[in-house]
Amino acid sequence: MLLTLTTTMPQATDLGFLLHKHPDKAQTFTVSAGAAHVFYPRATDAECTAALLLEIDPIALVRGDRGQGLFQYVNDRPYTANSMLAVAIGAVFRTAMNGRCDLKPELPGRELPLRVHLPVVPARGGADLVRRLFEPLGWTVDAVPVEESRYVDLTLTGSLRLADALNHLYVLLPVLDDGKHYWVARDEIDKLLRAGEGWLAGHPERELISRRYLAHQRGYVRSALERLGEVDEFDPEDVAPVERRESLAELRRGAVLAVLRQVGARRVVDLGCGPGALLRLLVKDPQFEEILGVDVSASTLRTAADRLGDRELRRVTLRQSALTYKDAELAGYDAAVLMEVVEHLDPPRLPALERSVFGAARPRTVVVTTPNVEYNVRYETLAAGAFRHPDHRFEWTRAQFSAWSEAVAAQHGYRVQYLPVGEVDPDLGPPTQMAVFTREEGS
Amino acid sequence: MSELVIPQLSLVALVGASGSGKSTFARKHFRATEVISSDRCRGLVSDDENDQSATGDAFDVLHYIAGKRLHNGKLTVVDATNVQREGRAGLVRLAREHDVLPVAIVLDLPESVCAERNEARADRDFGVHVIRRQRNDLRRSLRFLEKEGFRRVHVLRSVEEIEAATIRREPLVNDRRGETGPFDIIGDVHGCRLELTELLTRLGYHVEGDFASHPAGRRAVFVGDLVDRGPDTPGVLRLVMNMVAAGTALCVAGNHENKLVRALRGRNVQVTHGLAESLAQLADQSDDFRKQAEQFCYDLVSHYVLDGGKLVVAHAGLPERYQGRASGRVRSFALYGETTGETDEYGLPVRYPWANDYRGSATVVYGHTPVPSAEWVNNTICLDTGCVFGGSLTALRYPERELVSVAAQQVWYEPVRPLAPEAPVRPPEELDVTDVLGKRTVQTSSHGRLTVRAENAAAAIEVMSRFAIEPAKLLYLPPTMAPVATSKRPEVLEHPEEAFAGYLHDGVDRVVCEEKHMGSRAVVLVSRDGGAVHTRTGRSFFDEELTGRLLERIRSAAGKAALWSSLDSGWLLLDCELLPWNAKAGALIREQYAAVGAAASGALPAAVDVLREASGRGVDVSELLARTESRSVNAAAYRAAYERYCWPTEGLNGMRIAPFQLLASEGATYHDRPHSWHLSVAEQLSAADPELFATTANLTVDTTDPESVRSGVRWWEELTGAGGEGMVVKPLANLTRGRRGLVQPGLKVRGREYLRIIYGPDYTEPGNIDRLRQRGLAAKRSLAAREYALGIEGLERLARGEPLWRVHECVFAVLALESEPVDPRL
Repeated sequence: MLLTLTTTMPQATDLGFLLHKHPDKAQTFTVSAGAAHVFYPRATDAECTAALLLEIDPIALVRGDRGQGLFQYVNDRPYTANSMLAVAIGAVFRTAMNGRCDLKPELPGRELPLRVHLPVVPARGGADLVRRLFEPLGWTVDAVPVEESRYVDLTLTGSLRLADALNHLYVLLPVLDDGKHYWVARDEIDKLLRAGEGWLAGHPERELISRRYLAHQRGYVRSALERLGEVDEFDPEDVAPVERRESLAELRRGAVLAVLRQVGARRVVDLGCGPGALLRLLVKDPQFEEILGVDVSASTLRTAADRLGDRELRRVTLRQSALTYKDAELAGYDAAVLMEVVEHLDPPRLPALERSVFGAARPRTVVVTTPNVEYNVRYETLAAGAFRHPDHRFEWTRAQFSAWSEAVAAQHGYRVQYLPVGEVDPDLGPPTQMAVFTREEGS
Repeated sequence: MSELVIPQLSLVALVGASGSGKSTFARKHFRATEVISSDRCRGLVSDDENDQSATGDAFDVLHYIAGKRLHNGKLTVVDATNVQREGRAGLVRLAREHDVLPVAIVLDLPESVCAERNEARADRDFGVHVIRRQRNDLRRSLRFLEKEGFRRVHVLRSVEEIEAATIRREPLVNDRRGETGPFDIIGDVHGCRLELTELLTRLGYHVEGDFASHPAGRRAVFVGDLVDRGPDTPGVLRLVMNMVAAGTALCVAGNHENKLVRALRGRNVQVTHGLAESLAQLADQSDDFRKQAEQFCYDLVSHYVLDGGKLVVAHAGLPERYQGRASGRVRSFALYGETTGETDEYGLPVRYPWANDYRGSATVVYGHTPVPSAEWVNNTICLDTGCVFGGSLTALRYPERELVSVAAQQVWYEPVRPLAPEAPVRPPEELDVTDVLGKRTVQTSSHGRLTVRAENAAAAIEVMSRFAIEPAKLLYLPPTMAPVATSKRPEVLEHPEEAFAGYLHDGVDRVVCEEKHMGSRAVVLVSRDGGAVHTRTGRSFFDEELTGRLLERIRSAAGKAALWSSLDSGWLLLDCELLPWNAKAGALIREQYAAVGAAASGALPAAVDVLREASGRGVDVSELLARTESRSVNAAAYRAAYERYCWPTEGLNGMRIAPFQLLASEGATYHDRPHSWHLSVAEQLSAADPELFATTANLTVDTTDPESVRSGVRWWEELTGAGGEGMVVKPLANLTRGRRGLVQPGLKVRGREYLRIIYGPDYTEPGNIDRLRQRGLAAKRSLAAREYALGIEGLERLARGEPLWRVHECVFAVLALESEPVDPRL
């Protein structure tokens, strides 16, 4: 990966003093990711260009770092201007970043005509975000997309102090990459504040900058699951929320809770409990004496356990199971909840779920919620025909949902009632539809 | 000298005061692991074997260990004083819980002997009064021991008696594991003598009068219910009694024999369900015969465990936890089965369908419940085909597992309800979560017992239930394949020489080299009206509509190639490669491979430019420039490498399938057919639809012939030189065993350029390739062999018509193993 820094100030070769690197020498520094080479392709009084070329060792990059699938081996890291380049800037140009130049002490405080060129910048958020990040700092941004990729060929021009320019790059390159390249320890907060001194606080995008700069911590525990290469094909954070998520999700949980209270359930099983949002509500109500949370994902259950706290866990049992299999442990509960679960199953697998829930577990009450696809037209950000979540295998109209519910109820000896969840549109119905199944006496 | 007989599987309580020599006795007669001593347990929980305040905890531990041992079918000796009734009651309860017989061995020595011994021990400081109290307790207990539930009580009253005693372990009466058959197991006869004679004759027995024997020494095994309802209960009894006495038959007790005995002994029983017929018929017999028949029926054992534990015969069937055990509960289940507590519309009890949940390894053969025809359910089979109700009398030949039956000559007894399965039959596609979760072992025919770790199963169940197609269509997941041993040649990581040498070393002389298609592994299940096309993790490649159209094309090609008729099957299962690569991996290529290509082509030429400029002004960057130029060339080669495997497709247009193995069809597997046969099947398909089916170029190599090996190397060089991914080398004969077990079913030898996609554009740089050479292959090879064996095991189970969970167990295990951490570049 390559960075060139050009100035056209008078006595342009003074850039060498500022950077503390002699224009006529090529120097190599060892940095954590590999070797950083500094040399000057051009050094005249009229124009001086310093180049920082970071050579990454692609083999060493991945050694001892198993378990992230094949992708880590074929990787853009050696070629793009990412956090590794930022680290190299910090290591090789540290004195310049601090604004020190003992031989020419007047230079660091001066604004110089500068041009920065980075041929391949990974820009999550595109050229638009590049502009939003650099323009408020006084740069003129020329960002040209590289082929049909998420990279841009970036040229920044402006009249800035060199230390500021380097600090901008040091902070904003990792932000643009939104990368996962290195472990972020607590001292990164200090690093960010130091490098951002004088400009970050007033930056209109400071929130995004801080979040991305510091948000690399999640996901260091890689489960075996990812090796299967199937689960994480989409990143939930890439998905724009199409429903007013919090409010509708809360309404949904409230409605489910109301039903469970009304039917007098004491032993409740939440099938597909996820990270446990409903479990945390259930556990607050002493009516629910025994609570079982079931999910297919072991890692999700760990999250649920973490969020539940020790005292709550005394009343809540968590169990990994799959609803497409029969599970004797699910029997004996008063009520079962399938909240936003069925739409995550391929239709051919629904009969297996029906058998295990309505046929084998057979609680007195089963509460099922699922999106009402008719309502989707009300979501402006949702493309026509798209589902609310990329993992939804289907979304049903009210008629489809009731047809399914009636058939299940008839087959397994249940009665079914429907309740709306959320604001009801007179033509389209509610955003979420809910069916309450009650087992027929004597069946 | 007295011989103490104890059942081989029992809970032995030693009973005696402190100092009576229990521990010495236990050491002398039992293995150290068989004895659990309360003193020892006291020590385990408190560091002091004599700390009486730890007694409660110590007995918790003792009971826990004893319970685990009994659960595992191990004889267990409890070395504690056991002089108090409450303590013994706990042991009797424990024995009953595990359906083993409790036995007491009492060491009843004079107080003086006990006291003297205790005094000799420094750690026993309790007084004579303690021993006296214990002896009093013991004395009071003695005559109640049998009443308390001890099935055998042995009392030794002197030092000499104890010295002289020996112990003999007697197998349980149901333990006939040493008898290996062959057997002919016969269903409920119910007095149908005519049909029984006919069936025995059909089975090859010589029936003369009231005796039958088989010239080849086969033995009949009756599942009970010889009597009642039918026309000739005495005739049936006489024949079976003679056969059992002569050793040509075995017989277990049925509920009807049990009730008949009670009736004959004058107990007050309801004379229903055909008992009246038996009593009337027996009334015409001699007193002598009646007595013999009564004794015969009384002596019948609840069940037999036969053939090394592989076969269990019990009248009403028997779950695994009761097999080879002895208790009232076991006998009751074996004779009557379990009922749900409900009654059906005819007023008869609804029986609990225990066989649906059966997961044991022993085959269970039983009767008791009349069914229209004998059918296997989870390795169990009911042979009561209702002969007396006008059905048929059925026998199972074991180990052949063939069914033989003769029709009833008439309806001898009107059934209360029509012959039909009583309990709703478990849907064949129903799977239980316990079939897959937790640590599991799968017995395979080609590679022994294979273990799936619990955490791998936990990872796989998410993929299986969220992404895979329904299990009824997911019959096979392809195994991973190991690469060839790493080459020592400086310029490549993989080279065919090592493959040929490796197989030669394993004793394989003929191998086939198959062109490796660079696409996505696909398994195709096609039947006359359905099927599936799925990935190596069980996911459908395409939506329903496109899958349907693809299957239609495959179906019609199979028809043209006459595969349906030549294989005599309604479905085929094919292992294939689906092309192009981007058909499945489009997003991956765009976001990963193409992105790297774009980044490299953007960055490296720019770097070369500035380096040249610097060099032009006399700065010495020559080495760096040379390296960067070389990397720039590598990047271009990398782009060329992956772009070769991508081309646009539109629906089925542009899509190609290269089948290379026929995995299974109805009742058949093909891993014993040579690869040349499999490739010929692929060629037939390709001839039928050349647009869809790609053939696989191949070459047979003789590993013992250097010239042949050289031609194999040349073939690979040409293939990869022209941009091919590489080749797979397989033993021509297909499934092959070597000196050290299963030989690798295939080794991939990938081309130098292709490997840039795997190891990165610059892997060929000398410094890089030498480091990469240190890759370890053992884990990958082990994984490849295990997955291969599991795949074959699943297909064999499928071919044998075993229930879905048995097939799914193997399929699931492959997926679970895939989550083991193995270098994904291999």
